[in-house]
Amino acid sequence: MSPLLEIRNLGVHYITARGARVNRAVDEVSLSLDAGETLGIVGESGSGKTTLALSLLRLLPTAARIVSGEVIFEGRDLLTLSDKEMRKVRGQRIAMILQDPLASLNPLFTIGNQVAEPLRVHEHASRKSAWARARELLRSVKIPAPEARVKEYPHQMSGGMRQRIVGAIGISCEPRLLIADEPTTSLDLTIQAQYLNLLRELQRAHGLALIFITHNLGIVAKMCDRVAVMYAGRMVEAGPVKEIFDAPAHPYTRALLESIPRMGDSRRRLTAIDGQPPDLAALPTGCAFHPRCPDVMERCREEAPPDVTVSPAHFGRCWLAVHAEPSRKA
Amino acid sequence: MSIPVIEARRLSKLFPVKGGFLGRSAGVVRAVDDVSFTIDQGQTLGLVGESGCGKTTTSKLVLGLEEPTGGSIRFEGKDLQELDAAGRRHYRKSVQAVFQDPFASLNPRMRVGAIIAEPLVTNESLPDADVRKRIAQLLELTGLPERAATLFPHEFSGGQRQRIAIARALALSPRLIVLDEPVSALDVSIRAQILNLLRDLQAQLGLSYLFIAHDLAAVAHMSHTIAVMYLGRLVESGEAGALSRAPKHPYTQALFSAALPSHPDERREEIILPGEVPSPLRPPSGCRFHPRCPQAMARCSTEEPQLRPLEGSFVACHLYD
Repeated sequence: MSPLLEIRNLGVHYITARGARVNRAVDEVSLSLDAGETLGIVGESGSGKTTLALSLLRLLPTAARIVSGEVIFEGRDLLTLSDKEMRKVRGQRIAMILQDPLASLNPLFTIGNQVAEPLRVHEHASRKSAWARARELLRSVKIPAPEARVKEYPHQMSGGMRQRIVGAIGISCEPRLLIADEPTTSLDLTIQAQYLNLLRELQRAHGLALIFITHNLGIVAKMCDRVAVMYAGRMVEAGPVKEIFDAPAHPYTRALLESIPRMGDSRRRLTAIDGQPPDLAALPTGCAFHPRCPDVMERCREEAPPDVTVSPAHFGRCWLAVHAEPSRKA
Repeated sequence: MSIPVIEARRLSKLFPVKGGFLGRSAGVVRAVDDVSFTIDQGQTLGLVGESGCGKTTTSKLVLGLEEPTGGSIRFEGKDLQELDAAGRRHYRKSVQAVFQDPFASLNPRMRVGAIIAEPLVTNESLPDADVRKRIAQLLELTGLPERAATLFPHEFSGGQRQRIAIARALALSPRLIVLDEPVSALDVSIRAQILNLLRDLQAQLGLSYLFIAHDLAAVAHMSHTIAVMYLGRLVESGEAGALSRAPKHPYTQALFSAALPSHPDERREEIILPGEVPSPLRPPSGCRFHPRCPQAMARCSTEEPQLRPLEGSFVACHLYD
């Protein structure tokens, strides 16, 4: 069976007005996603994770150029579709949830109006049936008293409720893929737990594939089957979550895992990563992580490492992985 | 036992809410209600709770930015309300703060040296040479290069700016630093640097911290004692390790069960709370947590539980009466 989504060698650059500066925001990224699967894309600010997600929907800002690659979704390359065809994909086949629900909702329209809109646009539903469906959707995302809530406005809701409404809009046309970009960073802890469980329920009920864009490895540990780690626009490691947590192949992944405080071992000193993420306009030569890497070798400074298969579903992009046997324990 | 650096006794802060016709009072928000805690020298108190629980108001009371409407704060054994002008000046020097966003807390028009020296210049009349010496000392202490003093904040990354904010907080050799979400605005790979720096400074200088954060693992990592707030009330406090391993109050249990796992195999029993935090304008009767509590009993809706000692910690819950 072919995967639901396959990204091959995608490259996205940001180009300034006179073309003077080029930022390689996404560079040589390849990954795939099966139906019903959950993929986490982790990285720090500027690692290219959001640009990657936006390029799947072709919603990139005007300064961005897709310079290479293919995005095969349900057998078609999204990058070659016409704008009209692409509009049918957005919202209907692929939906997206953004970090700030207040920014994704229109303050001047009622909740019912906004949840019903994709149904009216994509499925040409009548006003009455779209609103009936909107009430059902609000119930499925556990909004109490949906009959009254459809007539209210976003400012009358709490943050958690707004994010659930954005979720309801996301699933309204029963998409196959839902992309969630930091969906819970603005939510409180207990509300975050509610929301993540809700997403999981919706995923099971509708057979959705999920992509979580996050900087939080905890969300990856809780929610994802597979994870792709981004650093400076490149995917440095990807594989099954458990394998990557147990035996990370890339020093960056390992360092990230060790730098996070864990409940229960409070006296352990955190392993800090020296330095800071690089400026995309002036990337280091060779491997972009080499100035911060604890295991740096001469080769890393000169040559970018290739993709290495660590185990059948686990890739790492590091010279160490090239030299080591696949079963190397980190 | 030595005298605690900070001792808050039955601290309350009520905000009147004006609204309605001609600004008539529409009620009061009990932002902080009958909260007591102590912070000993060289110790960290972690304050946790969700938005609107009163963490930030508590920190403002400790910083002297708000006056309590009830209760008292004692600094080194002396009640703040009874301090004379000189005593208050000493207090303000001894209690400093580091905030969440180092992009907002540093003046972009000032050089880093001037930013760090500002508390020294306004509070003490030191000769220029001594100020320069102190700046160099503070930069070294916080792991910044000496030439940083001549640069502007925009020339630094988020992590380095947070180091500048910490250097400024240290300028007057304080006893206590209020850390309000000091790492949540920073990149994940930078957070450990700052947390390690804070722990090193604590060990080196005998500082006390009031640490406020959403990330429970970070709070557990940094704190000696943890206090949990819900809607202005303290529901539980105790030794950090014990409290995070075996929380007693149903709210604390739900909060810690909602913390994200650090490994995919880590399966905690999840307590998903129904509903959301009610408005602090109309807090529920009795125990404020009872409408969402999975173990609520009849008396929880009528009788407010008091904070009582239990196995080395303090819990406000009828389950343990």
